[in-house]
Amino acid sequence: MLTFLSELDWSPLWISLKTGIAATIISFFMGIYFARYVVNARGRRKSVIDAILTLPIVLPPTVAGFILLRIFGLRRPMGAFLLEALDIKVVQTWLGCVIAATVISFPLMYHNAKSAFEQIDCSIIHAAETLGMSNHEIFWRIQLPLAKPGIMSGIVLTFARALGEYGATAMLAGNIPGRTSTISQRIAMVIQDGDYQTAGFWTVIVILIGFAIIVWVRLLTDKEK
Amino acid sequence: MSLYASFRKKLLSFDLSVDIEVSDETVSIFGFSGAGKSMTLKCISGIETPDSGLIMLNGRVLYDSERGINLPPQKRRVGYLFQDYALFPHMTVEQNIMAGMKIKDRAAVMEWLRRYELSDCIDRYPAELSGGQKQRTAIIRMLASEPDCLLLDEPFSALDVQLKWRLEQEMKELLKDISKPVILVSHDRDEVFRLSDRVGCMRMGNLEGIRKTDDVFDHPLTETEAVLAGCENIASAYRCEDGSLYIAEWNHRIAASGENICAAGIRSDKLSVHQISDSYIEIQDSELQRGLDGHSLVCRAKGGSGRLKCSIDAEEVCKYDRLYYRAEDMLLLKDDNHDK
Repeated sequence: MLTFLSELDWSPLWISLKTGIAATIISFFMGIYFARYVVNARGRRKSVIDAILTLPIVLPPTVAGFILLRIFGLRRPMGAFLLEALDIKVVQTWLGCVIAATVISFPLMYHNAKSAFEQIDCSIIHAAETLGMSNHEIFWRIQLPLAKPGIMSGIVLTFARALGEYGATAMLAGNIPGRTSTISQRIAMVIQDGDYQTAGFWTVIVILIGFAIIVWVRLLTDKEK
Repeated sequence: MSLYASFRKKLLSFDLSVDIEVSDETVSIFGFSGAGKSMTLKCISGIETPDSGLIMLNGRVLYDSERGINLPPQKRRVGYLFQDYALFPHMTVEQNIMAGMKIKDRAAVMEWLRRYELSDCIDRYPAELSGGQKQRTAIIRMLASEPDCLLLDEPFSALDVQLKWRLEQEMKELLKDISKPVILVSHDRDEVFRLSDRVGCMRMGNLEGIRKTDDVFDHPLTETEAVLAGCENIASAYRCEDGSLYIAEWNHRIAASGENICAAGIRSDKLSVHQISDSYIEIQDSELQRGLDGHSLVCRAKGGSGRLKCSIDAEEVCKYDRLYYRAEDMLLLKDDNHDK
C-alpha cells in the first residue's frame, strides 16, 4: 500500500481541484451577472438568452466539447487568432480544461442565482425603488443578500460539476498526464489499462470530496436557519 | 402641495382610466379586488408605466407621454406603503428605516422609534415583529425617506380585526398631521369613511368622479358608491317604454325620471314591514337572521329572483308579504361610466 501511494502520480487531484476552483470562480461572476441581466430583461430576449445559457446542461458533454473544439481548434479562425495574436492555446492545455469545465458547470450557477433572484418578493424591490435606493444599491444591499442561500448552493453544485467534468474536457483538453489529466480522465484511462487498484483509489478520493461537499452544504444551510 | 394624475393603461381584462387631483388631503380609491386600484398606485409611483397621460407632483412632471418623460421610482419622491409592508427581511428595524434616508441620521431614527413606541424593536428583524409593529416600521421607513406624497395600498388588510381598529386610529392621527397629498386604496368601507376627505370609486379600471366622502355616503350616485355607502339591496333597473323603471330582480316597477339609470338600491334600514308609505315590494319566503348589527329579515321578491334584506326588531317576527319604503329613499343609480 505504501509503495502504491509513494509511486502514485498525484497530479490529477491538483489538476482537478485547480480546474474546479477556476471554473467555479468564472461561473460565479458570469452566472450572477447573467442571472441579474435575465431577471431584469423582458419579453422574447429574456427567453432566448435564458435558453442559450441553459443549453450546455441539456447537451451531452461530448457535443459541447465538439462545439468548443470547432471554436478553439488551431485551424479555426478563433483558435488561430488567439494563438497568433495573444499566444494563447486552448486545445490540449489546462486552459482547455477550465473552459470545458466552465461551459458545462456554468448553467448550474446561472440557474441557482436566477431562481434565487426571482424568488425575491417584487414588492421588496419596488419598496427599495420608491425609497430612492439606486439600482446599484438595490443589487448589493437587497438582492444579493436575499439571494445568498441560492447562490451558495449554486457555488457548491458548480464546483462539484466542474470537478467531475469528463466528456467536454476529454475532447477539448485531451488527457495529457501532468497537464490536463483530471481525476475523471485518469480513472477512465487506468480502467482501460485494467489497473483497478488506481481506479479504486481515485474513486475513493472522489467520494470523499463529494462527501465533504455535502457536509459543508449541510453546515451552511443549518447556519442560515 | 398637489398631485395630479391623468392616465390610461391597457390591462388584460380592462382598460385603466384614472383622473385624479389631490391637494393636502386624503383621497380614497374604493373598489373591489381586481378593480385596478393597486395598479393605479403603481403607475403613480413609477413601478408600472401607463400607456399615455400626465402625472405631476408639486409642479414636477413625473410622467408625460407626450414629452416622453418617465422618471424612475427613485426620482419621484412618492412614498408607498405596501399591502404586505415589504420590509427588508435581512435588515433590522433600524437598517430598514435608514435604507431610505438621504442623510443617515441615527438620532432621527431613534426619535421616530420613540414616537411610534418601537424603541425596543430597534435591533429586531421583521420576522420578529408583530403585525402592528411591522406596519409602524413600514410607515416610519416611508416617512423617513421624505416623500412629497403618500400612497397607501390596503394598509390594514394584513391585520387582525382588533388591531386593525387601533392602527386605523393611529393612521388617522398621522394623516391629520401630514400636509401632503395622500391616496388610500381600500376595499373596506369603514376605513374609507373614517380616513378620507374625498373618495372615488373604481370599477373595471375606471375611476369615477371623486366626491366628498360625506356626500357619497348620503347620496350615492352609482352602484359602487351605493355599495360603499352601505346599501345592501342593489338590483339592475330597466327603463320601460311607458317611462317607468322596472327592477326585474324585485319584480318591482317605480315611476322615476332621470337619465342613464341602470340600477336601484335601498338600504336595509329604509325598508320596513310596517306601512310607512304607499310604496311597497311584494315578498315571499321571509326568514329572520341575526347579525352583529341586529336582526334582519331576508326574503325573496315575489316573482323575482333577487333577495332583499330589511332591518327588523326581533319581536316583530311573523310572516310578511310586503316591504314598505318611502319613495325618496329609493336610490337611483347611474352607470359607473356615466361621465366617460
